[in-house]
Amino acid sequence: MVDQTGAVPQGAEQDIETDVVIIGAGPCGLFAVFELGLLDIRAHVIDILDKLGGQCAELYPEKPIYDIPGLPIVTGAKLTDQLLEQIKPFDPVFHLNERIDALEPMADGRFKLVTDDHRSFITKVVVIAAGGGSFTPKRPPLAGIEAYEGNSVFYSVRKMENFTGRDILIVGGGDSALDWTLSLQPIANSITLMHRRDDFRAAPHSVEKMRALVAENKLKLVIGQVKQLHGDNGQLERVTVKPKDGEELDLIANCMLPFFGLTMKLGPIAQWGLNLHENLIPVDTEKFQTSQPGIFAIGDINDYPGKLKLILSGFHEGALMAQAAHRIVYPDRKLKFQYTTSSSNLQKKLGVK
Amino acid sequence: MPKITFVQPDGSRQDVEAQTGMTVMEAAKKNLIDGIEAECGGACACATCHVYVDEAWQQAVGKPADMEEDMLDFAFDVREASRLSCQIKVTDELDGLIVAVPDKQF
Repeated sequence: MVDQTGAVPQGAEQDIETDVVIIGAGPCGLFAVFELGLLDIRAHVIDILDKLGGQCAELYPEKPIYDIPGLPIVTGAKLTDQLLEQIKPFDPVFHLNERIDALEPMADGRFKLVTDDHRSFITKVVVIAAGGGSFTPKRPPLAGIEAYEGNSVFYSVRKMENFTGRDILIVGGGDSALDWTLSLQPIANSITLMHRRDDFRAAPHSVEKMRALVAENKLKLVIGQVKQLHGDNGQLERVTVKPKDGEELDLIANCMLPFFGLTMKLGPIAQWGLNLHENLIPVDTEKFQTSQPGIFAIGDINDYPGKLKLILSGFHEGALMAQAAHRIVYPDRKLKFQYTTSSSNLQKKLGVK
Repeated sequence: MPKITFVQPDGSRQDVEAQTGMTVMEAAKKNLIDGIEAECGGACACATCHVYVDEAWQQAVGKPADMEEDMLDFAFDVREASRLSCQIKVTDELDGLIVAVPDKQF
């Protein structure tokens, strides 16, 4: 239904020009697509996660939410599905697994956004619907770990060949840990999987494959936890671990991949000159515009007197933001207020007439 | 009202009054206990309300359920005494409960 890879083919160098870029594909970002769409404004939506729905998808897909108006009980996953159904007529372009790293005003009044993958968007309006910030991999609180990051410690695998011939330690018990153990085992010099308990959340067939490799001595499995990292100049040499049953010991590893899930960090938003207050973006309550005209913030990320971090508040904020965005995108058009129940014009856009 | 004591990594102790029916995490957040982050708001989805239950109280508090045990994989320095405080309901039997806050939640 929706083009999750984006309108422009991967690797294209051209800037993507659009009217609105929404940062964050949580419920508020998704509903903003609807409100903008009713006003003939098409949006590109960017999210760091590999799926749509934000916290609803990542933190509580199965948990019931009880305070969405008209839906006495709905799970995070169901709400996301319903929103996607609702915004379908407006055909948004989604860009997943991408984070906006830079946002700069341009001389012509538009904005240039650059992703962590070095892709650029040129847009008239920016809507920050980033919730609690971007989901980033958890960093184990081990002394000095920062020095090894990018050289010996990695939280994801971008290029497999960088791991060829290395002595790899993978930490964790979920699908990421198991999948990468299985994928990197054939190219590693040695590989160790470590988990705090001999019980894995990962898909059963991955766990089976992993156990088979252990039985063939092609993979070392350690039940325990990491205590200390050792090495010089960002180059990991060994890791002190505490096995569940036994004394501390050192493992040889020049590369470690910890998989402890995700946490929300504000991330690059802090660098965009938006006068943040306690990690939130101050906005007015008429348009939900930030200190920078043309940049709006809706949902959990914004702040104003009386703010409530509720999904329903974010929906309202999106509706008012859209009115203001219309003035920027179509400065010459007059905006007439209409109801979806009675306006044949809106019903046509929704594909119901 | 049951009393709960939170012990910080530096040994300092804070006693808070909790209501039966609330969770230990909620009691901590309500009383602004340092080191209990509860990023997901109590959905057993983030492992940032990790605590170590005092030995004397482990039996009364009980063991984590499967979902909580899975989520503890995302906590750091997990021990036998580890629980996620959002999954411990305060009851009259837990009056006097002592839990320690880890050095870091991640």
